Amino acid sequence: MKYWNEKMECMGAEDMRALQGERLRNIVRYTYERVEFYRRRMDEAGVSPDDIQTIDDIVKLPFMQKKDLRDYYPTGMFAAPMDEIVRFHASSGTTGKPIVAAYTASDLDDWAEGVARCLTAYGVTKDDVAQISYGYGLFTGGLGAHDGATKVGCSVLPTSSGNTAKQIMLMRDLGSTVLCCTPSYALYLAESIEQDKDTDVARDIKLRIGVFGAEPWTEGMRKALEENLHIKAYDIYGLTEVSGPGVGGECECQDGTHIWEDLFYPEIIDPVTLQPVEDGKEGELVFTTLSKEGMPVIRYRTRDLTHLTRGRCKCGRTAVRMAKILGRSDDMLIIRGVNVFPSQVESVIMQMPEFTGQYFITLDRVNNIDTFDIDVELKLEYHSDSIKNINAIKAKLNAKLVSVLGIKPDVHIVEPGSIERSMGKAKHVLDKRNFK
Amino acid sequence: MKIKQLSIFLQNKLGRFAEMASLLGEAEINMQAFTVAENAEFGIVRLIVSDVDKAAKLLIEHSFAVSVNEVFLLEMPDEPGALAVYVNKLSDAGVFIEYMYAFSGANGKAVVALKPSDAALCEKILG
Ligand SMILES: [Zn+2]
Repeated sequence: MKYWNEKMECMGAEDMRALQGERLRNIVRYTYERVEFYRRRMDEAGVSPDDIQTIDDIVKLPFMQKKDLRDYYPTGMFAAPMDEIVRFHASSGTTGKPIVAAYTASDLDDWAEGVARCLTAYGVTKDDVAQISYGYGLFTGGLGAHDGATKVGCSVLPTSSGNTAKQIMLMRDLGSTVLCCTPSYALYLAESIEQDKDTDVARDIKLRIGVFGAEPWTEGMRKALEENLHIKAYDIYGLTEVSGPGVGGECECQDGTHIWEDLFYPEIIDPVTLQPVEDGKEGELVFTTLSKEGMPVIRYRTRDLTHLTRGRCKCGRTAVRMAKILGRSDDMLIIRGVNVFPSQVESVIMQMPEFTGQYFITLDRVNNIDTFDIDVELKLEYHSDSIKNINAIKAKLNAKLVSVLGIKPDVHIVEPGSIERSMGKAKHVLDKRNFK
Repeated sequence: MKIKQLSIFLQNKLGRFAEMASLLGEAEINMQAFTVAENAEFGIVRLIVSDVDKAAKLLIEHSFAVSVNEVFLLEMPDEPGALAVYVNKLSDAGVFIEYMYAFSGANGKAVVALKPSDAALCEKILG
């Protein structure tokens, strides 16, 4: 099967816009009537539900952001009564209150539909054994991938995250063919398989498809994962505020992430002027949920930076494509006045076979100057008796980093395995400047 | 004669060195000689032990970054000028010494472990 839902994934542009317009009209009226927040915002902006007729009218509506969801914690953003809510999830806020998301049965169905479309686009079928190594629980990764894989009819292996030795044993013994987890955990799994004397990737591991998301990852990381695990690695995109993983996913072309725009309408705006940005130009990704009942969002600013491409993809889908997200504007570090994304550092490290791919950035401020330190692990086989050799590898990395970042970090070579591995979303940065 | 030496990368020098030494000690592996090369950030311990393979396996299992390299071992009488003979021979042939370290061997002899710039040439000259 090539498509999970050919009608929605391959719909012509005019039909899609008509469908989106109709759904927008409904969701705007629905939220206006049911949620005080939307009513107040629209009244303040002088927009009434009647002003929204086509999808183009979406620009009349006010934006919302993460802070709004926090301010209305816990239930202020719910649009459906509690007896229709069948599931909660919550995002891991690093500070303050989490964002709670609520789903009706129909929302869960749409969510699983989105994941099923992604899995089918990667080539997953009911004959696959899908190992879900995303964390199960409040995090949307585990249950989201689980429900989607179940919908496709896969044999689902719900290992959740952690307990890596057992993960590998079950992967080997049950013959998992699909692995769903964060890319950083996949890298750690690959490393652990390599160290496992009883397991040989080529002989014992049947994986063929990797479904990786929940954190930004680079082409270099894709290459490393594909080579180390002998798989094709695909991006799955989503966020708790909008639904969860499966808002969109790549196809076999690996040329952009198709967004299921009949369910989740994407816009790109200039984050400063808030004006729409034309296709192909980078800006901030904004989502409107077109069918959600439990906790819809309208023009939600994701902080993710990307651009959109329309038109029919080589895979046959017309669903709009989003470029790989290299960073959330929240992730952007300003170091000595220069904008740096951790993913830029990752892309450089991944290009060099000398390093394991693990890295850790520490920022601090000493005598009013930002310090920028990066720990990287030199692979065991590149160690030698010569300080000169190690310094030469370090100098090579330094030169590449300077040319990509525009500023010079202090690189430190550390022992392989000494940077803490993540079972879920990787933590790559410690910004001590925040504590001062 | 050539011998296998272990090189161990140490970032946190003091603590990790002690850890390494006790691991080897508990496994009854004797450290016959070692030298430390270091810069401001890390050091490399070059080490000759009684059982190279066992030591390498043990240290790697304990997450040490270990490589195994070959060095030349020269045994000579412990007296003035003994080493100079060898060093001159090598330098006359254009072989540089990347590093060397000395320790006492059996029967009051001095032993020098030496890493030449050109192992093949060095072998020809010393062998
Ligand atoms: Zn496509």
